Parts: sequence; structure tokens; C-alpha cells
Amino acid sequence: MTEPAKRQAILERMRRALAVDADDTARRATVTKRITEHAPNLIPARARIAHKDQTALFRQQAEAVQATVTDVKTEEDVPEAITEYLRSQNLPQSVRYGEDVLLNGLPWRAKSPTLELNKGPAQPADEVSLCRAIAGIAETGTLVLTSGIDNPTTLNFLPENHIVVVSAKHITGTYEDVWQILRKEYGERTLPRTVNMISGPSRTGDIEQRIELGAHGPRRLHIIIIG
Amino acid sequence: MKPQPTSRNFKRNVVEALDNEQLQRALTNVPAGFIEKRRKAREKLPEFDALRDQARDIKNHTLRHLDLYLEEYETQVTASGGHVHWCETPEDVNAAVIEICRKHSARSVTKGKSMVSEEVHLNAALDEAGIEPVETDLGEYIIQLRNETPSHIIAPAVHLNRDQIEADFRATHTDLPADRNLDDSSALVNEARQILRKKFIDSDVGVTGANLLIAETGTSIIVTNEGNGDLTLSLPKVHVVLATIEKLVPTLEDASTILRLLARSGTGQEFSAYTTYSTGPRRDGDPDGPEEYHVILLDNGRTNMLGGVFQDMLRCIRCGACLNHCPVYQAVGGHAYGWVYPGPMGSVLTPSLIGVDEAGHLPNASTFCGRCEEVCPMRIPLPKMMRHWREREFERHLTPAMIRSGLSVWAFFAKRPALYRVATGVAMRLLKLWSGRDGKLETLRFAGGWTKHRDFPAPQGSTFMAQWAKRRHD
Repeated sequence: MTEPAKRQAILERMRRALAVDADDTARRATVTKRITEHAPNLIPARARIAHKDQTALFRQQAEAVQATVTDVKTEEDVPEAITEYLRSQNLPQSVRYGEDVLLNGLPWRAKSPTLELNKGPAQPADEVSLCRAIAGIAETGTLVLTSGIDNPTTLNFLPENHIVVVSAKHITGTYEDVWQILRKEYGERTLPRTVNMISGPSRTGDIEQRIELGAHGPRRLHIIIIG
Repeated sequence: MKPQPTSRNFKRNVVEALDNEQLQRALTNVPAGFIEKRRKAREKLPEFDALRDQARDIKNHTLRHLDLYLEEYETQVTASGGHVHWCETPEDVNAAVIEICRKHSARSVTKGKSMVSEEVHLNAALDEAGIEPVETDLGEYIIQLRNETPSHIIAPAVHLNRDQIEADFRATHTDLPADRNLDDSSALVNEARQILRKKFIDSDVGVTGANLLIAETGTSIIVTNEGNGDLTLSLPKVHVVLATIEKLVPTLEDASTILRLLARSGTGQEFSAYTTYSTGPRRDGDPDGPEEYHVILLDNGRTNMLGGVFQDMLRCIRCGACLNHCPVYQAVGGHAYGWVYPGPMGSVLTPSLIGVDEAGHLPNASTFCGRCEEVCPMRIPLPKMMRHWREREFERHLTPAMIRSGLSVWAFFAKRPALYRVATGVAMRLLKLWSGRDGKLETLRFAGGWTKHRDFPAPQGSTFMAQWAKRRHD
């Protein structure tokens, strides 16, 4: 049987089992309505708080899953925060990042002249990557990153150390807030190729349920909140 | 070679599992780990039970409109440049994956953790086709080295102890120095990381499962902690998603509600480290990501569960909570169940997928304590469905003769209440008489399994019916 024939057979069997037929307009209207309205379900009270408190909750939740977090006042302070972090972890003064406008516009030369800057998607030898998150979700201390030339997806997973910059104004309460932001930017029923929600560094509990950090992804996740 | 189900031999498997000291040692980690962590996660989210009601309703709605949501989903996948392959059987899935691999002259395939891949025995099919399957989830990697099947749906190597894994690594990774230190789990994790890194980079095709599929956007979701799934789907030229038809939810909001329950119920985390939403292949200007994106949609008997008494089982999100909380699973582990899905969810699902003739024993592997239903995030009435299977097993004369005749004897008396009262009264007095002074029976006919390990306490006082009658009289 060809794939279209199998498709037909599966759908017909399904309709028989559900006792419906294909041109059931009321059912179709229900489905279209649900998708178009995309109404949120129950939102936990935890994240329905003032923005200032959301930022505090984001930080607390991210630290609870072993991310490290630092605050800087303005964008200008980011290069120094990075050099300082790399020094504290005994890491080489070298990062790789994409074409993100904010990251490209930072005063690298003025503030961190010795930092080596590499561009593009991750390479196997890279030790440290730098990305900008489009949002931070307070509910679970989760960063949201989207694919593309600005922040290549492989930077999130291949290097052992992941530094992520997020603006305080982009910290929000819940996952649902992020879907609204993405719909505004990309349009209805459209997402970027990859949306990564990241909560803490890579981990595994596969050996006797003991949690070990750095299974395959980054061993360390360092978050810099601007503003 | 393709592993054969051994669910028929459930009783023998159980005896072996109970006598396996290594297994029994490893299983002690289950209650302290998963159960305690879930309890804490649930306490921290006051809305947890209300979310369970909503998640149940989301899935019920989706299943009632599954044909239409699948069409919507397919349209969106195609619009984003991906391909959907509809498959009826495990053979269809393996053929589709192998065809994709051949098209790209793939020699090795990296794999994220996928229970559907276990269900269709994809690794055996790839091996036969001369393509190397590489499991990259640490637990899956370990059991691939041992040529075993997973013993748990989210913790495949939960039946093993650290020293066993160390021995496997020493036996397999022979090009590493023999005197290297592998004394703790972090050394083992690091060694697997180093070895798999090269495999990720050399891989031609990446295969992952899907925790959910979203009709609104044509998106597949994977939820992981290690990051292996993400390296699997972002480094090779091709990403193949293995999913079954019931993984669908209508919208991103609906997915978010279910995701609030998944990690909390499974590992007891508030959210897993990585939740990844994939929609189609690389876009114009993307510097990385797969050039092709395929979704394999498998039925394999699931449409037959729609519209019937087993439809609720299609709400399952494979969190593993029912396994972790099951006294039978805790005692014997996953391999005794003899097929891919163990524990209560397996006892309901396996007979649907491979037949009650093959797996009829499994729905009997329950004390009916009800904890599985109590902890199920999707509120699946697992004990009720196990009862349905027991009835079918009985109707089809698959129940052993001894149990059938025992049940007919019981039924004969139960239908004659006066006789029942007399008979139970006599039986009680006899048992008491046989038990002697200490009130215990060391052996008892038809209950050898019980008295082998402990004495049977003889009934004391009068029968329940007699006590009930007396109480009403008073």
C-alpha cells in the first residue's frame, strides 16, 4: 500500500471508530475555532505577579536548577561581566556568538579588549558560547531561544559553557506569554524552526538516579540579566 | 536481532526477577527517587490537580476530533517544508526510515530516546540494513551496549547498578586506558559524553521521538534533560521524528498545560532542562539545523482503541508515574512484563498492541491498590481497564483451568447465599481447627505461593455475614 492509501485507511478507520464522517461541518468548525482562538487554560497563580517580582522569581527558579545568574545595569556592562565570569571559571577568554543585533552592538573592544570573538554556528572545539534569549519565564526559571542567524541553535548545546543574555524587560510570567510574543512577531500558526526552552544546564539521572550535570549539553549555564 | 515478546512467560519472569539480587538492589532506588521527588513537586504547585482535570479534557477533546486535528497538523508540517509519512505497522516505519537513510547514503543514525522506536524495533531493522544505530540518551546507550531493552519508559537503565555499568564501559571502551578511574557516576557520565560527542558530529540522520505534536503549528516537541536529543536533531542533515497518532494536541497553550504535568509526574522536576519545539527544516538564512524534516506517524493498532473502552489509554503521555508507584513494578522491574511498555500503563496498552493471547497475563499483574490511577497526570482509569482485559481474557478462555474452576466453584456458592453462609462457616471452623494453638497455617492447599514465604493466619471469630447480621440485630 502507498503512503496516501495508508493515510486514507487510517483516517477512515478513525472516523468509523468515532462514528463520524469526513464532511461533518460542526466538528470542523469546533476544531478551527479552538486553533484560531488558542485560549489559555489554567495559569498557575505563582507567575501572576508584578513584573519586578517576576524577575526575582525567574532568578530564584533558574538558580534552583543550577544556573548561575548575574545582573548588570546596562548593555555596556555585558562584556566585562563575561570576562569576569570566564576568569572565575578558569575558562579561556574566547566566545562564539551569532549575528544578534544586541550582541553585535556591545562595546567589546572598549570594555574587553583581550576577549577573542568568533562568529557563526558552534564548532566542536568551542568551549564557550554566547546567546541572547528572547524571553525568560519566571514560572520555572526558563530561558527561551529561537533559531536563526542571530542565535544559531547549535550554540545552545555543543559547547560546555553557555552564557545567555536576557533583558529584564523580556522576563515574563508564563509559557503562554511567550506564545503571544511569538505570534506577534512571526504571525498566527507560525513558529521559528526551533524554539528552545532551557531550564538549567544539561543533566542526567540515568545512573542510580544520582543527578550529574553536563550529560551531553552544557555543563554550565550562566545567565546575565540586563537592567 | 529483533527481540521477541516474553509476556506469555510473565510468571516465570517474575520468579527470576525476584531472585535477581542485582535487580533487587537497583530497584530500591525507585521509591526514594521518583516517588519522593514527585510528591515535592506536586506540593509546590497548588493547581496540580486542577491541571490534571484540564489535561484530561484537552486529550478527550483531541481524541474525539483526532481525524481533523491530524489533517490540520499535516497541513502545517507540509507548509513549513516538512514531510509526513503515514504508517500502519512497525514494518512501515522501519521501511520509511531506511528509505530516508538510503537517500542520504547514511552510514550512522544518532537517536534520541524514543519508545516508538522500541515498539517497532528500529535498531534491529537498521542493523539489518547495514546502518549503525547509535543511542545517545545515557540510559539507552548503556542498554544498547548490553543488548537489552529498556526496563522503564523514562529511565531505561533503572534496573542496573553503577558497578554493572562500569563493567560494561570497561568491556566496550577498550581503546581507553585500562587503569582509568571510573569509581563514581560522574566519571561514567564523562566517558559516555566523550565517546558520543564524535558520534553526534559524524551522524548523517538524527532520529528522535515526540512528546507531543501540535496541530496549530505543525510542531513536534521533545522533552529531555541531557541535551542529547537536541544534538541529535540539530547536527545531522536530516531530522526524523517518530510519533504515534495520539500524540496530538490542538494548540501551543494546550501543550503548555500538559507540559506543566509531564516532568513533575515523571522525574519530579518542575520543568525538564530542555523543551524543544521543532517546526520543519532549516529556513532561508539559517546557519544550522537539519536540511530535511520528516515525521513518521504510526497507528499500529491505536485507531482500534478509539471509540471503545480503551480509548482513555490514548491520553497517556508516558511520564512513568504509574510504573514508579506500582508495588508490582517496584518488586519485579520492567523486563518481567516481557514487552516494550511495562507497569500499569503497559498492562493496559500491551494487550491492545500485541494481542490478549500474547499479553493476557499482564492485566493480572496488579494488586488493584489504585495508586496508578491516583498519580496519573492524565487521570487514566488504569485499574478499570485492567479489569476489562481480565474479562476479555476470561471470555476467550485464556485464563488457566485452575483459576476458571476455582471461580466456578465460588460462583456456585455466591449465587446461593444460604449455602454460601453455611459453607464459609464450615470452612472457617476447619481452618481454625487445622491451625492448632498458634492460629497459623504453615501449608495450605491451593495457596502454596503464599505459604512458601509466610504463614497463613487462620480466621478468628465468626464470618463477616454473621457479624453483620449480629450488628444489625443489636
